Amino acid sequence: MEKQNNKELPILEVRNVSKNFSGVYALQNVNLDIYPGQVTAIIGENGAGKSTLMKIVSGVYPDYEGNVLLNGKKVNFKNPKEAGEQGVVIIHQELNLIPYLSIAENLFLGNEITNRLGLLDYPAMHKQAKELLSRLHLDIHPSTPLNQLRVGQQQLVEIAKALLLDSKVLIMDEPTSAISNHEVELLFKIINELKSKGVAIAYISHKLKELFEIADRYAVLRDGQSMGSGMMMGTSQDQLIQLMVGRDLKNSFQKEKTISANEVLSVENLKFQNPENKKDYLVNDVSFSLKKGEILGICGLMGAGRTEVLEAIFGLHPKYVSGKITIDGKEQKIRDVNDAIAAGIGLVPEDRKVQGLVLNMNVAKNTSMASLDEISKFNFINQKREAKLSKHFTEKLNTKVSSPKQTVEKLSGGNQQKVVIAKWLATNPKVLLLDEPTRGIDVGAKSEIYKLINELASQGMGIIVVSSELPEILAISDNILVLSESKLTAKLSRGVASEEVIMKAALQEKE
Amino acid sequence: MIALVIMCIALSLLSDRFLSPENTWNVMRQISVNMVISVGMTLVILTGGIDLSVGSILALAGAVTAGMLKFGAEFTDMNLYIGFTLLGALVGGTLVGTFLGWFNGFTITKFKVPPFVATLAMLTIARGLTMLWTGGFPITGLGDNMAFIGTGWFLGIPMPVWISAIIVLSAVVLTNKTKLGRHIYAIGGNETAAKLSGLKIKKIKIIVYSIAGALAGIGGILVTSRLDSAQPNAGFGFELDSIAAVVIGGTSLSGGKGTIMGTVQGALIIGVLNNGLVLLNVSPFWQQVIKGFVILLAVVIEKFNSKEE
Repeated sequence: MEKQNNKELPILEVRNVSKNFSGVYALQNVNLDIYPGQVTAIIGENGAGKSTLMKIVSGVYPDYEGNVLLNGKKVNFKNPKEAGEQGVVIIHQELNLIPYLSIAENLFLGNEITNRLGLLDYPAMHKQAKELLSRLHLDIHPSTPLNQLRVGQQQLVEIAKALLLDSKVLIMDEPTSAISNHEVELLFKIINELKSKGVAIAYISHKLKELFEIADRYAVLRDGQSMGSGMMMGTSQDQLIQLMVGRDLKNSFQKEKTISANEVLSVENLKFQNPENKKDYLVNDVSFSLKKGEILGICGLMGAGRTEVLEAIFGLHPKYVSGKITIDGKEQKIRDVNDAIAAGIGLVPEDRKVQGLVLNMNVAKNTSMASLDEISKFNFINQKREAKLSKHFTEKLNTKVSSPKQTVEKLSGGNQQKVVIAKWLATNPKVLLLDEPTRGIDVGAKSEIYKLINELASQGMGIIVVSSELPEILAISDNILVLSESKLTAKLSRGVASEEVIMKAALQEKE
Repeated sequence: MIALVIMCIALSLLSDRFLSPENTWNVMRQISVNMVISVGMTLVILTGGIDLSVGSILALAGAVTAGMLKFGAEFTDMNLYIGFTLLGALVGGTLVGTFLGWFNGFTITKFKVPPFVATLAMLTIARGLTMLWTGGFPITGLGDNMAFIGTGWFLGIPMPVWISAIIVLSAVVLTNKTKLGRHIYAIGGNETAAKLSGLKIKKIKIIVYSIAGALAGIGGILVTSRLDSAQPNAGFGFELDSIAAVVIGGTSLSGGKGTIMGTVQGALIIGVLNNGLVLLNVSPFWQQVIKGFVILLAVVIEKFNSKEE
C-alpha cells in the first residue's frame, strides 16, 4: 500500500495556522500535511483542537491566521460549499441528514438534478444514488426515508454524500462512534477503495486501536499545538498516548481489592419485555448479586441488553419489567425513578448531553438536581447549602470549573461527566450504575474516572459499569457479566476473564 | 432594559403628558392585565410549552364571576336560590380558570397532545362556553365593590397595580427560590435528564398549566371589574400580547431559559409603546405595524446580545 506514495507531495498543507476565539487560542502555529492515497489520523484529547482544525480546512471557519495550501496553491474557503467544490469535503460527527427525506433526496440536497422544466429529475437521481449505494454495499432502495435506516447505515449515507461530490480530500470526524463492528469493517473497505483511487483522507478518532488498522500516518495535537507526526508503522500505542497527554499512563491506574462480604444488591429473574413486541425480551431472566465495594462490569455486543439491565433496575420501564430486586437485604418495589433513588440507586446514563445534564443550567444546579429535597425546606431551596454541595463535589472529583455558576454546556466532556457523577453522589447512593462512563472522554479524564470509581468502591459503594471497551472492563472490574441476546451467558471473575473469553461468551447464541 | 429606558426618554421629550402622574398610573393600570397573564405564560414557556387559551379563559372567568355576582345560582325546579358574596364570585372565577388550565395540563401530559394543539382547542372551547354562559350579551352593573378591584386606589396606588405586583413578586420567588421553580427550568432545559433525575414531570406540568389558567382567571376579574361589565369577546388576542411580552423579555420559546423580570420588562415595553403611540396621535393602523417591528427588534437585539457573551 505504501509504494511510491511516500515520494508524493501532500495535497493539503496547513502552515502555521492559528485560530483564536475571543482572545483564547484554540490553535497555535499548527502544521499538518495530508497525502493523497493515504489515511492520516488526527489524534488528540478532547479540546486539543482537532475539530477546530478540520473546520478551518473545510471552510466552516473562514477567519484564521496562517495558510492552507491545496495542491501547493493558497486557498481560503469562505464556506463548506466552496471547499466542497474544490474537492475538500467533511463528514461531521453529528449526522447532517434530514430524517423524513429519502436517501436520494438527502444525497442530492443542495445539488439536485433538475430536468428542462426545472423540476426534480427523480429517475436520474435514483440511478446515480443506486450506483453509489451499491459501491457502499448498501442494498437499500434510494427512495427509502432516512429515518427507517439504522444509525450505522445513516452514517454510510453521509459518506455516500461525500463521495457524490467527487472529493479529493475527505475529512471524517469520529465516523465509527455510533456504528456496529460489521459496519466498521465495511467502512474500512470503502476507505481502502478510496485510498487506491488517490483520495486523501483525514481521520479523527478516539479509538487508537482502529487507527492502527486503517491509518498510514498520524498527526498529534495537544492544547492546540502540533506535537508530532509520522508513519503509523513502527509507532506504538503507548508512544501515541504519550504524545497526546504528555505523560505515561501505563501505571496510572492500580486496581485495589475492596470487596466486602456483605451483599448490597441482589437481582433475581430480571425480565424486561420489549414494549414493541410482547413475545420478545430485552432482558431475559438475568440474576446476579453485588457486594459492597464490588465493581461489576457488564459487557456484550450492541443490543445485547446491557443498558436495558440498568434501566430495568432503575425503574424506567415499570410496566414491562419483572423480577426481584433486593437492596441491603430488603426487597424493593421500584416503580419509578423516585423509588430507585429512595432505595439508594443512582444511574449515570449513557448519553450525558441528552440524558444526564440540563446543558444551559449551571454546575451547582445540575449537581443538586436529584437531591433537592435534602437542601430544601418547605419547598424553598437553601442556596448556600447548594453552593456548598457543588463546591464539595467539584473539589472531591477534581472537576475543572471556573465557578459553580458556570453553565455545564461549556465544560469539556470529562468535566461534564464528573458533574453527572456528582449529581448522583449527592444522593448518597448505595449502588451506582454507570453506563459507558468514559465514552467520548479523553485519555486523561478517563483515568481520573477509573480512579474515582475505585475510590467509591473502597468506601463501600456497590458499582456496576457497562462498557463497550473491553480493556476498560478488564482493568476496573472485580467480576464481569457477559450478555448475549438479552441473556446472561457468562459470569467471570477478575482472574479468569480475558478479551477472548468475553468475546466468546458475547457471541454465544441462543440454544 | 435599555430599550425601555430609551423609549421612555424619547416619549417624555416628544410628549408633555407622558411623564405626568396620571399618565404613568394609567399605563401601569393598563398593562396590569397583560402582566398577570404573562407571568403564567412565562412559566408555561419555561417548561417548553405554550398556552394559547389564556384570552378565552380570561373571558370565561370574567363572565362566571360577573354572573355569580349578579344572578347567583338559581335552581327553579328545586325552588332554590343561592346568592354569592363578592369573595365567593372572585373565588369562583379564579377556580374556573384554574380548572381549565388543569384540563390543558391533563390532556398535554396524559394523552401527550402537543401544548400548541391542546391549548388551541381550549381557546375555542372556553370561548364557546363564554358565549353559552352569557348568551352572547355583556353582563353589566356589578356594583361598587366589584368595581373597586379594577378602578380603586389603595395607599395612593391603583388596585390592579397592587395585584399584578404581588403576583409578579410571588412568581419571582417561585422561580428563583423554590424546588418547583427549579424543576420548571430543568424540564424546559432537558426533559429526559429531568426525568432521569427523579423529577415528576407530569405533576409539574399540570401545576404550571393550572397556574397559567388561574392567572388568566384573575386577569378576567380585573378586566370585568374595570369595565363594570363582562364582555363575551373580552380577552380576544390577549394570548398574542402575552407571548410577545414573554419573548421580548428574553425567554426562549424552546424552554429552560428566561426570567419573570424579563417578562415584566416585555410587558412594560408593549404598554409604554401602546400608550406613547396614542399620545402621539399615531393612527391605529400604524400602531399595529410599529408594534410588530418593535417585537422583532427586541428579539433581534436579544439574540445579538446573547451571541456576544
